[in-house]
Amino acid sequence: MSSQPDVSSRPSSGQAEVDEILDQHDEYKYGFVTDMEQDVLPPGLDESVIRFISAKKDEPEWLLEWRLKAFAAWQKMEEPNWQFVTYADIDYQAISYFAAPKKKLESIDEVDPEILETFEKLGIPLHERAALAGVAVDAVFDSVSVATTFKDKLHDLGIIFCSISEAVREHPELVRQYLGTVVPVTDNYFAALNSAVFTDGSFVYIPKGVKCPMELSTYFRINAANTGQFERTLIIADESSYVSYLEGCTAPVRKENQLHAAVVELVAHTDAKIKYSTVQNWYPGDKDGNGGIYNFVTKRGVCEGDRSHISWTQVETGSAVTWKYPSCVLKGENSVGEFYSVALTNNHQQADTGTKMVHLGKGTTSTIVSKGISAGKGQQTYRGLVSIGPKAHNARNHTQCDSLLLGKECGAHTFPYVDVRNASAVLEHEASTSKISEDQLFYAMQRGLSEEDAVSMIVNGFCKEVFKELPMEFAVEARKLLEVSLEGAVG
Amino acid sequence: MTTPLLELKNVHASVAGTPILKGVNLVVNPGEVHAIMGPNGAGKSTLSKLITGHPDYELTEGQILYKGEDIAEMEPDERARAGIFMSFQYPVEIPGVSTSFFLKAAVNASRRERGEPELDAMDFLKVARTKMKQVGMPGDLLHRAVNEGFSGGEKKKNEIFQMAMLEPTLAVLDETDSGLDVDALRTISEGVNAMRNDERGMVVITHYQRLLDHIVPDFTHILAGGKIVKSGGADLAKQVEASGYEGLA
Repeated sequence: MSSQPDVSSRPSSGQAEVDEILDQHDEYKYGFVTDMEQDVLPPGLDESVIRFISAKKDEPEWLLEWRLKAFAAWQKMEEPNWQFVTYADIDYQAISYFAAPKKKLESIDEVDPEILETFEKLGIPLHERAALAGVAVDAVFDSVSVATTFKDKLHDLGIIFCSISEAVREHPELVRQYLGTVVPVTDNYFAALNSAVFTDGSFVYIPKGVKCPMELSTYFRINAANTGQFERTLIIADESSYVSYLEGCTAPVRKENQLHAAVVELVAHTDAKIKYSTVQNWYPGDKDGNGGIYNFVTKRGVCEGDRSHISWTQVETGSAVTWKYPSCVLKGENSVGEFYSVALTNNHQQADTGTKMVHLGKGTTSTIVSKGISAGKGQQTYRGLVSIGPKAHNARNHTQCDSLLLGKECGAHTFPYVDVRNASAVLEHEASTSKISEDQLFYAMQRGLSEEDAVSMIVNGFCKEVFKELPMEFAVEARKLLEVSLEGAVG
Repeated sequence: MTTPLLELKNVHASVAGTPILKGVNLVVNPGEVHAIMGPNGAGKSTLSKLITGHPDYELTEGQILYKGEDIAEMEPDERARAGIFMSFQYPVEIPGVSTSFFLKAAVNASRRERGEPELDAMDFLKVARTKMKQVGMPGDLLHRAVNEGFSGGEKKKNEIFQMAMLEPTLAVLDETDSGLDVDALRTISEGVNAMRNDERGMVVITHYQRLLDHIVPDFTHILAGGKIVKSGGADLAKQVEASGYEGLA
């Protein structure tokens, strides 16, 4: 360990570390709980809770007002029920809306050893590996960022990468200008709730003409029992800039269902590109469907400027219930939206996921590649909307939607919605549903591969189009996660 | 006397409840090449699937011994790692999985089984390049997905290439000649012949005699109606060519 440990993220040499971590545990590989003193608000939600959170974070008056407005809206809204998932009713008064490590930390050296140990278990090296890998990390432990690295290097380029709480303090004008512009407080039930009670998250601003030289990465980890996490992420790419942002998640085993209702907003200005990659591996519940995370997330990006480009890539293997549609609003002329997704549901997991591509500007194009894998009793839905507005001349969309079934009790469902209001649009849609073929399995096994290895290889092949969109080290982890998540899916 | 490599004793087998093999006896010793010929529906493919452990094929009576051990309970991958290889009549496509990745995993699975060190990517490529030349397989196929978009000839070459890489003790070639032109047939046969040695046994299943002009068997068996109705040397194949199966039955 070096003398200046960093809470850092991506294992630089990838495979070996990942292997090691994966070998350590049996059922849910990241199922451990860090025991540390926490400053936890008692369960319940009313205005005073929101005022408490805001005060705790020394927020300006305008943000408190913004939160209260969201809360007022939320109270009038009804929890939606159109999704193709079922889960026990959520008692919003039984959730505690704030948990933070008690001590204020000045530097990484002061980080609680237990937290560092947790990161260690997650395979996040404590030394300089991240620097070698060129990764900066904003590590979120529960609701308060405990450490931020590489700030200086990024600072020299004018890049702002920090927790959103810090951004509120240090760059209030930027936050105020953009917060809620992509996902308005009244957008949906969970976005409204998030707006009212969000505790932390990441903020990124890339100035004009700057190409961010490293992948920006954040680990989220849900740790306090019964504490919902309400992350808020805001990424702004100014004109002609570029940023690649990685989000990776694991959570410890919990018996209670835990609600995660995050909001991610992306803004890409003229000629800017944002690449947002997610590997999500939250606790899916046990084999009988007990426990597990509810992942109800609103992710949306707006291609504000001409030729701007937003690309979402997600690998969803965790959570009991996943319900999210990373979307692109293509305002700028010739702007580009992309969505690449692998979603795996095993045992009793459910996922209703997909994307919305909203074409508003001329010559806008979008690509959707969705790969769904169902195993066990897993149920999976692709739900996508391609909308072409009246002014979106010559807009194009290509959608490819493939489902793979493993076993007899799982299900795959596809709901593609199309709304075209301009006759010059060209839309293509391809869809397939297949079972993992006995012939493929036998062929691979005849070559000496075990059944699990064979399945994993076939499934990985099925997902290749999406994995190649992931940054290298993420792709390695994604492959491993798929293997782990598929364990016991056959045979 | 050495233990036979493969011994089928009064083998009865059925697929989905329908009996196909009705008492097959066969002994393959190390170093021997046995040709199994027979008309369509005789049970030739059933024989290959049974030896390799395909789950749809059920042994209802009799025994299959490999190196003296009963392998009836072994999974297909266990048999493969024990040295049993089959060249498929219809090689299967695995989209998105490169041939090199697939084969390296397969080779290393067998090496692990034998307690040998695994090949790393560089070593694997070195060996693969050499073997590909031997079977006349174009180099770019290594980087393409397993059998995906391969021509009929390329698929069969890929089978023999995999056999060369896996170096099995017992190789079952199921209709390897089907769909091949004369040149490809010759190249593939040369690849197979290069692998003949004193230890390795081969079972060559074919409908036509032409393959056996190139891969000359030590023994020929005629399978008809689920039984071996006649056995002989290489000449027997020529008789089939002349008089047809019906003349032998």
